[in-house]
Amino acid sequence: MTVSAIAQNTIEPSTGTVTAFPATEATRVVRDTRPLRLITCGSVDDGKSTLIGRLLWDTKAVKEDQAATLRRDSGKQNDLGLPDFALLLDGLQAEREQGITIDVAYRYFATGNRSFIVADTPGHEQYTRNMATGASTADLAILLVDARTGLLEQTRRHATIASLMGIKQFVLAVNKFDLVGYDRARFDQISHEFRELALSLGVRQITAIPMSALKGENVVYDGKASMPWYEGQTLVEVLELATVRSAQTVGFRLPVQRVSRPGESFRGYQGTVAGGSVKPGDSVVILPSGMVANVTKIVTFDLVRNAAVAGDAITLVLDRQVDVSRGDMIVSLESQPQTGLAFDAHLVALQSDGIQPGKRYWLKSGSRRQRVTVQPSSQLDLKSRKWSHHTDGLAMNAIGKVHLSFDEQAVFDAYEQNRTTGAFILIDPDTNNTVAGGMITAKRSSLGGIHTEESRVLLSLPADLADQLMATELFAARREEADIRRISAGRASDVLNGLDG
Amino acid sequence: MPSTLPETELHNPQTAKTPLDPHLKALENEAIHIFREVAAEFEKPVMLYSVGKDSSVLLHLARKAFYPGRVPFPLLHVNTGWKFAEMIAFRNDIVKKYDLDFIEHINPRGKAENVTPFTHGSALFTDIMKTEGLRQALDAGGFDAAFGGARRDEEASRAKERIYSFRTPEHRWDPRAQRPELWNVYNGMIRKGESVRAFPLSNWTEVDIWRYIQVEETPLVPLYYAKERPYIERDGMMILAEDPRLELQPGEEIQHGSIRFRTLGDFPLTGAIPSQATNLEEVIAELEIATVSERQGRAIDRDQSGSMEKKKREGYF
Repeated sequence: MTVSAIAQNTIEPSTGTVTAFPATEATRVVRDTRPLRLITCGSVDDGKSTLIGRLLWDTKAVKEDQAATLRRDSGKQNDLGLPDFALLLDGLQAEREQGITIDVAYRYFATGNRSFIVADTPGHEQYTRNMATGASTADLAILLVDARTGLLEQTRRHATIASLMGIKQFVLAVNKFDLVGYDRARFDQISHEFRELALSLGVRQITAIPMSALKGENVVYDGKASMPWYEGQTLVEVLELATVRSAQTVGFRLPVQRVSRPGESFRGYQGTVAGGSVKPGDSVVILPSGMVANVTKIVTFDLVRNAAVAGDAITLVLDRQVDVSRGDMIVSLESQPQTGLAFDAHLVALQSDGIQPGKRYWLKSGSRRQRVTVQPSSQLDLKSRKWSHHTDGLAMNAIGKVHLSFDEQAVFDAYEQNRTTGAFILIDPDTNNTVAGGMITAKRSSLGGIHTEESRVLLSLPADLADQLMATELFAARREEADIRRISAGRASDVLNGLDG
Repeated sequence: MPSTLPETELHNPQTAKTPLDPHLKALENEAIHIFREVAAEFEKPVMLYSVGKDSSVLLHLARKAFYPGRVPFPLLHVNTGWKFAEMIAFRNDIVKKYDLDFIEHINPRGKAENVTPFTHGSALFTDIMKTEGLRQALDAGGFDAAFGGARRDEEASRAKERIYSFRTPEHRWDPRAQRPELWNVYNGMIRKGESVRAFPLSNWTEVDIWRYIQVEETPLVPLYYAKERPYIERDGMMILAEDPRLELQPGEEIQHGSIRFRTLGDFPLTGAIPSQATNLEEVIAELEIATVSERQGRAIDRDQSGSMEKKKREGYF
């Protein structure tokens, strides 16, 4: 059983009881030892910097000279003889002057079992874009609340963005618990409220921990002395057991970064596997052209490999001369992404100019950059967490649903299915700045309606036949209406036999 | 460029070693991805090579990223003229061994005005020989992207760095106006004269670097290993006393002891540590129990709080 499967079993939405996952069966768990990326979110004064400082301090990530500098810069120390942890994190002069976090900072710490990359993201609403930046790569989100105040609007905003970005593992850190007398009823109340929020966002893996980051209770060391009633894990124990987000839910995907031609005898396609796996002998399709080839070799510096999986940076060699260039995607024959001229997406506007309807932006996804026109259709009200009709521009930090229209074929998966091939950024051609982050939700037909399985024609054809069909003028005009699944000749005869039967 | 590449060369350019653990493998994959992305998106990239351990790892990753091709951009060493002699010898060997395009730049103004760390102090010396030197070399080469080996764990303002760090035509970094960087989708769009510093090692820590060097057997300047060496103590630092330009001040005398370096820069500005670690295993064992950070031995970080941020704003990498 995997960690996530166990964890999901522990969620009991119908009861108010909070149990930290998964205290039992730990011996059966195969630990994911890849570095875990996490973000901390929450409102301004709920103690994010103190929590991260405590994590770094208790995992011995702060060295003596850094501690000495910190003590020098802190001026005063708190009651526990500890320096001001916020200064450990807010490294920019402007941040220190204003006492706030402006930009995301990445910090590193490790336990004996695993290493962690934590994105310390700003709590201020005006810097939501930097929170989104941190969330885009995170496997897990720690949401902090002050035990005295409970959930705030900013907590809800951050939880919403984190879930929209596809984070499936939430830890609720009920901080400053020492200030409410370690009151168990208060903990149950806040975690119950949070559970309802998380479940409404579709997050199923939720752990709530009562803690005092300042005193270091239930962060790295347990807080049994103050909270004997809490039998769950410490924060670090939860983090050690969390899983890295997988990109393997759909078939093989390789966005081509470069064509490597060091000499006449070698031609390889370089990129990072963005989903699934590949091995020599596999049949692949090059999108958007639709050409088919077979993999002959997977080359890396260390050796010629017999397989590559999601995350591997490889060089792929194919069995025939096909036209492949940067921006193309090499995918499995059996499970292909969608190609089309129009898609729907969720968008987070990141800059002060917002997103303007009808404006042509650059869209970059994987290694592909192409022109796109953006038309908003609705906007998320973060207070009520409801979508409302909205066709005007999107202001900075707004979250909207948009229609994307391309000049040439675009290739995507739904973000839910693949975080790499379903994600994109928008670049303003006037300023070259990154103005939005987006996540594909569905493909649209050129007529404006959303393609569904029912309305779309799916053709399963032997690859050569598919190529012939694609080449005809008649089909070219109507290719938006059909999906072509290229199958091997052997499978085609299986399909035909099935029809006969 | 070689015209053809025999099939046999595709096998094991480096002999099979212990496989990387998932953590180092993930970092390696990420770095290779960044190298390829920059090489494909920019017209004229260059790799800043400072001969230290991070540079060694950076170069190793570059060779991996473009294999079986050559590294498709030159290496640039912004020399100050005050490097350890062993670093220069090592550098020259590596450039030859791996058939690399190589550029060395020393600020001619600094040379002409005889700027030294002793006469000008570490802050001004660094400003002229490193920051100004780097800007000169990047302008002269017309480079639109420069790889650097900086890691976010080194220093507080570096923790804020993007993987693609945008610089104005004046090489300025504005930390408050950084482009958001989501997923691993990097924005490489710039205007003429602007440039990007790219940091493939952003997510690595000092321990990661050492463990990677150990598994990959990456070549390293011997100064990182302990040996009996002459040194003097000055301003609380152990200064290597091999270069004839080092003038003893009253009361100073040359001592001998087993020392090594955790970080390498200019010899008068980089302090050694007493150590018995003569190989990688021992170096890593020492590092694991170390209670001070690696940059504790760097004079230029200590000039004042926030000094790295100020230098970076001016164009220091």
